Amino acid sequence: MGSQTLFEKIWHRHIVHQDTPDQAALLYIDRHYIHEVTSPQAFDGLRQAGRRVRRPDLTMAVMDHNVPTSDRSLPIRDAIARRQIEQLEINCREFDVPLWDLHHPSQGIVHIIGPEQGFTQPGMTIVCGDSHTSTHGALGALAFGIGTSEVEHVLATQTLWQQKPKTMEVRFRGRRPEGTTAKDMILALIRHIGIAGATGHVIEYTGDAVRSLSIEERMTLCNMSIEAGARAGMISPDETTMEYLRTRPYTPKGTEFETARAHWLSLATDPGAQFDRVVEIDLEDLAPMVTWGTNPEMNAPITATVPDPDQEKDPVRASMMRHALEYMGLTPGTALNAIPIQRVFIGSCTNGRLEDLERAARVIDGRRVADGVRAMVVPGSGQVKREAERIGLDKIFTAAGFEWREPGCSLCLGMNDDILSPGERSASTSNRNFEGRQGRGSRTHLVSPEMAAAAAIAGHLTDVRTLSTEVPS
Amino acid sequence: MTPFIRQRGVVAPLERNNVDTDQIIPKQFLKRIERTGFGQFLFFDWRFSEDGTPKPDFILNQPQYRSATILVAGENFGCGSSREHAPWALEDFGFRVIIAPSFADIFYNNCFQNGLLPVTLPASDVARIFDLARNETPLSLEVDLEKQTISSETGEFQTSFSIDPERRRKLMQGLDAIGETLLLTDAIASFEGNHDLPLLPHNL
Repeated sequence: MGSQTLFEKIWHRHIVHQDTPDQAALLYIDRHYIHEVTSPQAFDGLRQAGRRVRRPDLTMAVMDHNVPTSDRSLPIRDAIARRQIEQLEINCREFDVPLWDLHHPSQGIVHIIGPEQGFTQPGMTIVCGDSHTSTHGALGALAFGIGTSEVEHVLATQTLWQQKPKTMEVRFRGRRPEGTTAKDMILALIRHIGIAGATGHVIEYTGDAVRSLSIEERMTLCNMSIEAGARAGMISPDETTMEYLRTRPYTPKGTEFETARAHWLSLATDPGAQFDRVVEIDLEDLAPMVTWGTNPEMNAPITATVPDPDQEKDPVRASMMRHALEYMGLTPGTALNAIPIQRVFIGSCTNGRLEDLERAARVIDGRRVADGVRAMVVPGSGQVKREAERIGLDKIFTAAGFEWREPGCSLCLGMNDDILSPGERSASTSNRNFEGRQGRGSRTHLVSPEMAAAAAIAGHLTDVRTLSTEVPS
Repeated sequence: MTPFIRQRGVVAPLERNNVDTDQIIPKQFLKRIERTGFGQFLFFDWRFSEDGTPKPDFILNQPQYRSATILVAGENFGCGSSREHAPWALEDFGFRVIIAPSFADIFYNNCFQNGLLPVTLPASDVARIFDLARNETPLSLEVDLEKQTISSETGEFQTSFSIDPERRRKLMQGLDAIGETLLLTDAIASFEGNHDLPLLPHNL
């Protein structure tokens, strides 16, 4: 076979049928995660055609997208959202699919609980009706988002037709400077290659700076691969991956783990394997990044100013910039660290894990949220919430004036009550700053958890690296 | 699914790059559990003011484009979320063809599941269509999937396009994709017999 990439190894092991190598392959799917928003029409399709779920034992459902993050003992006020939630319950019961509902102690965002519980394992093919499925690639799985018709297809057949994507190596060079995070790495990449820069490709992240990331940080990196247009993002399994997997509730234990371990490690990209494309990102000068526009590519170091469309040579880009700045209510030349914010959101499948909350809490500890700022923490799962409370993070956040809420997608996409008012500006640890994403007229600045915490304290976007010296705790 | 052979219709020019699925169908409309009726919410924030009145400047609110069945847009159309509600909304509104210099992967894929034809054309061709479609008399195009050609009624625009043959075949026949795959059930079962699969625990 010669040298192969992680992607190629997984791809070839999952081909059920393919007429010729240049045609679409029928791929077997090892894990299918389901949530309430993109599945009701798929179950309905099965029902109408009299079909069953082929492998409920490889399927897992959870409620996350539109769930309230306030008191769970109260009924859901929004009647249409409630109906969608109830429909998932009905569908899972009828088709025998395991479901973690609102009251399950470990309910949470699908991309947080899959890895956290050990449902996600290296070498698997994983799909979900959600574009941030790429998150699971951090453990060395091939994981990607699909539409509802494909959800139905996987439910009925446990397979999916796929054109073979191209491969792209994103090699991070050098060391990540103090005060920067995986979020800054991925924003820097998207800034460099653009929001369609990886369309048609599966990215593998490599380099010492990636190897030294924890699994939770790797998930942040893989999570936002889709924001560069990539089909998936992945990282070859290594000892860090093995240590993470060893302690998950649903991974093999004892000798079974050792057997699995050897297999998982063998999936790593072989030395000398070729990628269709290689992109190098130098980390030496990396600074905390912040978005200033209306897509994730429109970002800059916090030390920079709002860019000037008049300086942009490409007229199409200049026009997009003007449009974005008008929507964002920003003037070229304004220092990014002087932009006032009214809302802070720490959470989402990008940055809603325990380490994210720990790092934000270190910034918050002993300080107060600035007057006029409403700040909230939405843990990514019930387990994240419990662990955080066990080590007292909730007290740090609430003492500082943050709201401490129940797990869900929340303000990342604003399907529940957690939205911004028109014109309100947020520092948000989520993944998309599209127009209206956090509510009609909302203005979103994507940042790392540390930077969101710093913005909450300062009342404006600010460089977390200087906040720690300026304000004594 | 309605088979797609050819479509003649008015072209609506949406001159924007990176039109994301949050714009095509904002999230507050994703709570519905039906597959139909999303057209009324298409491009909601662009089409309507906060008080619900149509914004006269938006292209789909202009009388000459109301009956458009072909949408032409800038590069990277459909980026962002995987929501199939986006093609559902476009199709329900009356569109059968989307023309752009490039598409985001998931959106592109989702179109084929819904009898919607996404056509990728060189940026220069798309610019030319924009020019012609902006005229007071709207541009009418015929998109022929069988011949893989696009031509205007008056003959001032003509081009051909390429598309994956398998996808073309399925779209032209309006096939039930699941039904086709189920013909391969034996191959799936035999694959499962040889494939090491960690199952999810029963007592979740």
